[in-house]
Amino acid sequence: MTATEETLGDMLARRGFGRRGLLKFAIAMTASLALPPGMAPAMAENLAAAKRQSVIWLSFQECTGCLETLLRTSSPTIASLIFDFISLDYQEALMAASGSAAELTLRQAVAANKGKYLLAIDGSVPVADGGVYSLTGGRANVSMLEEFAPDAAAILAIGTCAAYGGIPKAYPNPTGAVGVEDVIADKPIVNIPGCPPIPEVLSGVLVFFVSFGRLPDLDDRKRPLAYFGTTIHDQCYRRPFYDQGKFAKSFDDEGARQGWCLFELGCKGPTTHNACASVKWNNGTSFPIESGHGCLGCSEPDFWDQEGGFYTSLAGGTGPGWQDSGIAAAAGIAGGAAAAFAARHKTTKPDQEKPE
Amino acid sequence: MTMLAFVRGPAMQVATLILIAGMFWRLAGIFLLRRRVAHAAARNPFAVRLLGGAVTVFTRTMPRRTFWPRVGAGVALSYVFHIGLFIVLFGGAPHILIIHEIFGVSWPDLPKGAVVVASGITLAALILLLIRRLSHPVLKMLSTPDDYISWVIVFMPVLTGILLSGETIASYGTLLALHILSIEALMIWLPFGKLMHVSLVFAGRFVLGYNVSRKGAAT
Repeated sequence: MTATEETLGDMLARRGFGRRGLLKFAIAMTASLALPPGMAPAMAENLAAAKRQSVIWLSFQECTGCLETLLRTSSPTIASLIFDFISLDYQEALMAASGSAAELTLRQAVAANKGKYLLAIDGSVPVADGGVYSLTGGRANVSMLEEFAPDAAAILAIGTCAAYGGIPKAYPNPTGAVGVEDVIADKPIVNIPGCPPIPEVLSGVLVFFVSFGRLPDLDDRKRPLAYFGTTIHDQCYRRPFYDQGKFAKSFDDEGARQGWCLFELGCKGPTTHNACASVKWNNGTSFPIESGHGCLGCSEPDFWDQEGGFYTSLAGGTGPGWQDSGIAAAAGIAGGAAAAFAARHKTTKPDQEKPE
Repeated sequence: MTMLAFVRGPAMQVATLILIAGMFWRLAGIFLLRRRVAHAAARNPFAVRLLGGAVTVFTRTMPRRTFWPRVGAGVALSYVFHIGLFIVLFGGAPHILIIHEIFGVSWPDLPKGAVVVASGITLAALILLLIRRLSHPVLKMLSTPDDYISWVIVFMPVLTGILLSGETIASYGTLLALHILSIEALMIWLPFGKLMHVSLVFAGRFVLGYNVSRKGAAT
């Protein structure tokens, strides 16, 4: 039996990983994906019968932070994902091959899994000036995306850069950075935003796809509903303080020491959809708000350019500034004066009114 | 650009500039209007006239006792609405935060529950005032589109504020965007309708009292 014909069940059995272990794993994943517990046996059965899913991972205009964080996923580990559930056929940073050998690997992987592979993208797609601002092997990222997307079963846009353009798209966006969905319109796309994204979310999406042969339910921004259905604010352990109106006014005041809500310090939790507050980071250790800093809203589009910056509360905005306000006031006075003088000429002078 | 980013950015800037320009336009227009020259000698010295103006600011806060049976309900509801709005505006933590961001001054906020209750009472008073306006034949006849537009313009921020505090019906971001948008609509409309009384009511009373005092009449 070849590696491609072997099912996951066969492979796990060969390694001494029994049905009970697979069922326990399926129960954990159904909980993570907010699926009914009754689906765990079906997931376990489907996983056992599934073949390893081919994943081709292309890195575009990015900082490798997404890959860094995904390598540290804990449940299941990316290592186990790579070896057990998926066949990571191409990833430049992780693979041993380089240069023409790497390119050959890519082409072979695409040819062998045509129409079946998942195309994972991290990094934004620069499209300005023909995409010259990010090249791989001399080829523009946008050109590679357009070549490899049509034969993919679906696309995973990993990280805020791939999903919405991210930091490279920040004003003035000199490279013309955009998200994958701005280039590819005719393929199923799952956005897994975050800077970086939560590794367990990627794990969940991959396991769901391998188990059920389709993508999980998505929200209007193509994010998995199971992880992005609620806001940070909704699940934040500091939420009771928000409801009580107890806010930290600075990062070192009594309110901050008491763990009060960070809304007034610019926390974007109320408008940010992600699973940080529930899944957390570093094997469930904590998340930014738990560490004393407000949420930056990194899983939302254009989070870098939001009005007022990271430390302006959502209640505020960006006003016109004192100079423009002065000009508006001067214009108002001029207009009012003109109207008053026009009125003077239209009406009879009060002092010249004739007595009745 | 999301709706929230729009209302917190470009829309906020435009609304603020219109508010400032409109306010100064109205104030300058009123200030520069031709006034009758008073030929008669003043009955009271300047200091007394000033006092007369100042006293009128307060005496006109209540109608004459004779009129209470006819206008008492409306006055009471108006007071409930205005005091409620004052509490919401200057007691709510996010509102104080904005004032602090713009002017650098702040004060302790009220508990969120108290502000929500005040908002609810304000909303109820607004609805009752509208019912009264629609059911009172004289008031209805005297009403102009300005009255109804101003009612909607004031009603919406209070309504969206309550929805935002409860975070029901829609997401926080959507409700916040709607709340800010409704406030921006108010900012744009304020100088051009009856809501301008925000800046004219006390000045108007003062001028009235001053002129009456000049003539030697009681204020």
